[in-house]
Amino acid sequence: MKAPSFSYARPGSLSGVFELLERHGDRARVLAGGQSLLASLNLRLSAPELLVDIACVPGLTGITVAGDKVRIGALTTHRQIERSPEVARHLPLLAQAVRNVACAAIRNVGTFGGSIALADPAAEYPACAVALDATFVLAGRAAERRVRAREFFRGLYETALRPGELLIAGEFPVSGDGYRSVFLELARRRGDYAMVGIAAHARTAGGRISDARLAFLAVSGTPVLAVRAAAALEGRPPDARTVAAAQAALGDELEAPADLYASRATKLHLARVLLGRALGALAR
Amino acid sequence: MNARAELPLHAPGATTDKGYIGQSVPRPNARRLLQGRGAYVDDLRFARLAHVVFFRSPYAHARLKRLDLSKAARQPGVIAAFDGRAVAEYCKPWVGVLGHLKGIKSPPQFAIAIERACCQGEAVAAVVAETRAQGEDALQHVEADWEELPVVTDMEEALAGKVVIHADLGDNVCFTRGLDTGGVDEAFAKADVIVEETYEFGRHTGVTLEGRSILADYNAAEHTLTVYHSTQAPHMMQDVFSRHLGIPEANVRVICKDVGGSFGIKVHVYPDEMATAAISVMLRRPVKFIADRLESFLTDIHAREHKARVRIACTREGEILAFDLWDLTAIGPYSVYPRTSGIEGNQVVNLTGGPYKHQQYRAQMNVVFTNKNVTCQYRAVGHPIAVALTEGIVDLAAEKLGIDPAEFRRKNLIPDSAYPYTFPSGIKFEKLSHHQSLDRLLELMSYKELREEQRALRDKSIYRGIGLAAMIEVTNPSPAFYGVGGARISAQDGATLRLEPTGMVTCIASVTEQGQGTEGAMAQIAASAVGVALDKVRVITGDTGVTPYGGGTWASRGAGIGGEAVLQAGRALRSNILEVAAHILHADRAELDIVGGEVVNRLTLESRLPLVELGRVAYFRPDTLPLKFQSELTVTRHYTPREYGFTFTNGIQACLVEVDVETGFVKLLKHWCVEDCGTIINPMLVDEQIRGGVVQGIGAALYEECLYSAEGQLLNGSLADYLVPMSAEMPDIIVAHIETPPRQSDLGAKGAGEAGTAGAPGAVMNAINDALRPFKARVAAQPFTPQRVLQALGKV
Repeated sequence: MKAPSFSYARPGSLSGVFELLERHGDRARVLAGGQSLLASLNLRLSAPELLVDIACVPGLTGITVAGDKVRIGALTTHRQIERSPEVARHLPLLAQAVRNVACAAIRNVGTFGGSIALADPAAEYPACAVALDATFVLAGRAAERRVRAREFFRGLYETALRPGELLIAGEFPVSGDGYRSVFLELARRRGDYAMVGIAAHARTAGGRISDARLAFLAVSGTPVLAVRAAAALEGRPPDARTVAAAQAALGDELEAPADLYASRATKLHLARVLLGRALGALAR
Repeated sequence: MNARAELPLHAPGATTDKGYIGQSVPRPNARRLLQGRGAYVDDLRFARLAHVVFFRSPYAHARLKRLDLSKAARQPGVIAAFDGRAVAEYCKPWVGVLGHLKGIKSPPQFAIAIERACCQGEAVAAVVAETRAQGEDALQHVEADWEELPVVTDMEEALAGKVVIHADLGDNVCFTRGLDTGGVDEAFAKADVIVEETYEFGRHTGVTLEGRSILADYNAAEHTLTVYHSTQAPHMMQDVFSRHLGIPEANVRVICKDVGGSFGIKVHVYPDEMATAAISVMLRRPVKFIADRLESFLTDIHAREHKARVRIACTREGEILAFDLWDLTAIGPYSVYPRTSGIEGNQVVNLTGGPYKHQQYRAQMNVVFTNKNVTCQYRAVGHPIAVALTEGIVDLAAEKLGIDPAEFRRKNLIPDSAYPYTFPSGIKFEKLSHHQSLDRLLELMSYKELREEQRALRDKSIYRGIGLAAMIEVTNPSPAFYGVGGARISAQDGATLRLEPTGMVTCIASVTEQGQGTEGAMAQIAASAVGVALDKVRVITGDTGVTPYGGGTWASRGAGIGGEAVLQAGRALRSNILEVAAHILHADRAELDIVGGEVVNRLTLESRLPLVELGRVAYFRPDTLPLKFQSELTVTRHYTPREYGFTFTNGIQACLVEVDVETGFVKLLKHWCVEDCGTIINPMLVDEQIRGGVVQGIGAALYEECLYSAEGQLLNGSLADYLVPMSAEMPDIIVAHIETPPRQSDLGAKGAGEAGTAGAPGAVMNAINDALRPFKARVAAQPFTPQRVLQALGKV
């Protein structure tokens, strides 16, 4: 199949982007790495009149550490995240997660901002952002605003981005002392979207788990923060009984809709297995 | 002594110089393809080229109440738009039946369906435009009103026949076959142990790198049709285009430039391809159709989809007494033309139990119509099913008897000394090497040590499994495959070899190249037979206007049949060259030989005459040769296998897996294949064929399935959702060979291309079930997804 015809613009500044978005409204789409958008065009699943390529907008690429925050620019590629010593040091969860993003060819081109803005429920970054309580920087013509990850993902491919706004960065708090992270996912083939995955971040001091943030991917339209499971763990060592209680709690909070290859029961079972494994890894 | 001469390459005691045969030389076309200089259909540029796109049914079964193409026809760039009736004026419908499949029936199938679509994706209109994109734009302006009809997607419902898809046929049964040697009930009555299992096989498809592609160029001035086609069988297609478009066969030329993979997908008649050719005639201009990936998933033939119940009877000592098989398979709404969709089920009946020496066998097999895409012959046709259910039930019997599965096979495999041998289903084996293969495999994989390791790891809650799968395989089919049933599909193939004035050899072969290296293998045989260096041979294939008549490459026939024709042509050319040399040198022909592109003294190997000099004399100064002598430096030879219906090969595979019993994920640790394809022409090519085949078999076992909803909608028709096996998950695949050349041919080559696919699913299944044995859990429905493994374990 061939993409329907579209116009293409590559503005050199943020204001140029906003101008085009304002003028063309929902007939325009922002193009970053294009790893999802171009495929959807070629499948004729979407037919925007204009692609606004933000590749030449300055200031959207790069990873910087300022105080207790790591800022990742929207155009930063998966590969840059994968190879970043700052991410490895301060955001070990993201460093583990990025290795599961598709294949090297896609990681070379696909971007952080593209993945967040698309909000695929099975993608790795959204769950990591929720687990780490990241904040997204959304820029509009008039102002910039910040939205916490948990409020950003609204539904299936639905985010807090307003018409005319552009996601320009994510800000992650650096991993605190005594905290550990584990990212696990189950995919039939390396690089596939996960059947189910977990981004877990918790304090593990003294053999006890506290302040656990357990974000699941591919179990709902958005990443799901398993708060009841976390509550079951709070302040306890992750022994078999505690783990079982946390696993049981997932049944109430994960929707886990069936997909092509797995029923709800299978997905829930796999989520529980992953939780058990994540807790085991956190405690090690 | 060099005796390249007239002996079979495998004659006992012969010190035949095999030349390049048996050597892993690189294939000559690899560099061209790697440099991006291949010429696939979509690379061709023609003046006035039009692109056709198809308006396809969104429903699995629906009546087309109204079709309005007028708006689509007015869109920018659109040249024409046609419905089924318009195209039928130029292209006769066909019926996919064969005379030797008694009772097989199928409705007429049109290039573009008229009034009714019987599966999702069936084309009901064509739009022709200046570009593909314009055509696709215009498709959105086709107006169609549909009345949905009752849909049959379940095989057993199809068999029950409450809803009949084709009222004229009376029921949904396309073909049925029974087989009974007699004595089966008696064997079961006296058996000490009976085991039974029902196996299910998902529908899947062969995903070729290059999609189906055709460019048809009708020339009204000559009433000729030239078709550039990504096909495995150019002469078959020449005949089909001729008969269905009403153009004399001599006026139809089918050319296969590079073909990017086939696996049997490209050996069938596809309605959209026939429509493309018809539209070229209608519009009197070149017209191209390239199936995109979504169309490929919807309309490339699917395969498998079987449900089979098998029982075997054994003695306490572990002797198999009888097999009893019931098989049901669904093929979509039409039997595919011209090979029919009855062959896969037929093969299952022929091959089930095939490696073993029991004498009692009964089978009942039904092929039914459903409202899904059609199925037909795909790599290893029927074998993966027959092997998996045979080897699955054999493992089950061994388990019940407490006998090691390797030992159980050793007890029951047909002895290597028993040939020629006729299997109870009627198929005949010239010579197989089951026991040699089994011994080699067990040694290669260190079977005993693996078993010990498996036991030790179980204590650590690591669940590994070892699965074996012995197999037999149909290769080099004789006319018994299709010809006797009335199909105009050549069972013989030919090769023309020509010595050029420069001493080069041109080899023109009727077998075809689809990326597997056929041309490389033919070059090796030609160079060896004539006595020239490999780089002195050029191979031409895939052009009905140029090559001898032949079947093409499918059913593992390229090397065995096409290769023998090249060998015979090469020997004849060599003989003719020596005759010319004898005249030039005034020497006795018997004293001469050809080595390294030079005529030499046979005994001393002293150079007497370079071929380039011989060529100069023969072509430009024949006046210096004796008056009555005419050189013949172009020769053609043909070959047909006739003594046996098929040249059976055999082999055995093993798979080592680790099952994560919490997640149901299966990790492939290693895979082994020992197979016997007779004379090996190029070990590297053969090993890669085996490996590629194993990977496709693993795809069937673990990943690939065309999933349909109850309404007949394909749910995973894209590469994102349909899981093809990828390199990261594939294990190392160790390949070894036993060489038992058939005596029917001098080359002694049997087919190798399908062996991997035939045996791998059974080996994987047995390995998984071996890993699950401590839990008394079993899987029997392919693909073995994590969910199915978890269900077997009772966890979900």
